[in-house]
Amino acid sequence: MATRSQSSPQSRAETEPEFVPVERAPNVLDLIGNTPLLEITKLTEGIVAPAVRIFAKLEGFNPGGSVKDRAARSMILRGIERGALTPGKVILDSTSGNTGIALAMVGAALGYPVELVMASNVSRERKRIIEAYGAKIILSDPMEQSDGAIRLCRKIYAENPDRYFKPDQYNNEANSLAHFETTGPEIWHQTEGRVTHFIAAIGTSGTVMGTGRFLKSKNREIKVIAVEPDDPMHGLEGLKHMASSIVPGIYHENELDSKIPIATEDAYEMVYMLGQIEGMVVGQSSGAALLASMRLARTLREGTIVTVFPDFGDKYLSTNLWIGWQEWRQEQWRERLKKMVGKVIE
Amino acid sequence: MAISVRVPTPLRRFTGGKDEVPAEGASLRAIIDNLETRHPGLRERMLDDKGEIRRFVNIYINGDDVRFLDQLNSKVKDGDEISIVPAIAGGN
Repeated sequence: MATRSQSSPQSRAETEPEFVPVERAPNVLDLIGNTPLLEITKLTEGIVAPAVRIFAKLEGFNPGGSVKDRAARSMILRGIERGALTPGKVILDSTSGNTGIALAMVGAALGYPVELVMASNVSRERKRIIEAYGAKIILSDPMEQSDGAIRLCRKIYAENPDRYFKPDQYNNEANSLAHFETTGPEIWHQTEGRVTHFIAAIGTSGTVMGTGRFLKSKNREIKVIAVEPDDPMHGLEGLKHMASSIVPGIYHENELDSKIPIATEDAYEMVYMLGQIEGMVVGQSSGAALLASMRLARTLREGTIVTVFPDFGDKYLSTNLWIGWQEWRQEQWRERLKKMVGKVIE
Repeated sequence: MAISVRVPTPLRRFTGGKDEVPAEGASLRAIIDNLETRHPGLRERMLDDKGEIRRFVNIYINGDDVRFLDQLNSKVKDGDEISIVPAIAGGN
């Protein structure tokens, strides 16, 4: 039986674990990670060079439904390890939803109460899922976006610091460490060391920082690229436009080789294409990640690009992502995609 | 009496940092045109190339989503409060 223990994350990175599906697990936390790669073939055909391959790591397969399970497990277990989280304390953080779901899940699995601050305009499904794990939601002003949730959370914590354990995903290195220890080694193993480019959308930046750092430690030639919204006013829930936001403490721009900006509407359209052409319904951050990967791919003659699809699309069905999708014309998708990706190499 | 418009953080760079600004007009479209003359750059963040409300932008008149009213033709009167809310939170 292949099981992994949540208590030894450090050893996993050092020993480069086998990618073996877990058949039986004693705890839901043991089901986090080891997600599959999907090669994107239909959308890329005739648009990127045949020797350029794009793989998406499907983080929706995590038990909480997103890449955030990795960071939540890492931050909470490390909090317990260093004595910052003790029985009787409440896990408190600000989150747009996926981290909230992950913290709520990990908290429930380990027996800690969870309270989460989020902008009141996050999707209804997310709030309901979080409540289903028994966590409490505190709503912040949607006009202030995620920065408003961060500020309100800081205030609640400051008023009663002894009551709370605040994982603080924006400033907790255990967030990026989760990816250094799991996502990075998994990708290295799954591509048999052939990965040439790693590209991921940034919110806290934990995924791109930790995974990128691991991959560069294996091969310094691997390029690490971040995807961000093209404007401070955007609709890519979960992502941050760094230049206009409170910059996360774990974000180190000097470790990136480049950044690719993506327009919200283009990312939304990519989601429609992924659903109808590849048979993969995902969230808007995955649409942004794939579009950026394809733009990058157009500049290459060969290479293996790995990107991250942070979650599946079920949590967004009631959101703005799907406003106007019926006007989208499937029969014109290839022409439209070529336009969105742009011509770089003939 | 003017109409008050609540401005979200990412658009405050166009309003000199103000979170609420006055505007005049009898419809939402007129309000947005008026806002553009006072704060150039706002309109293209709210409307797309076709002049429709961008998919990720929600606009409320006194708390009612204009997509369930009459979109850009929604009527506005003195004393109303308009809120511009991007459909986003943040944090991967």
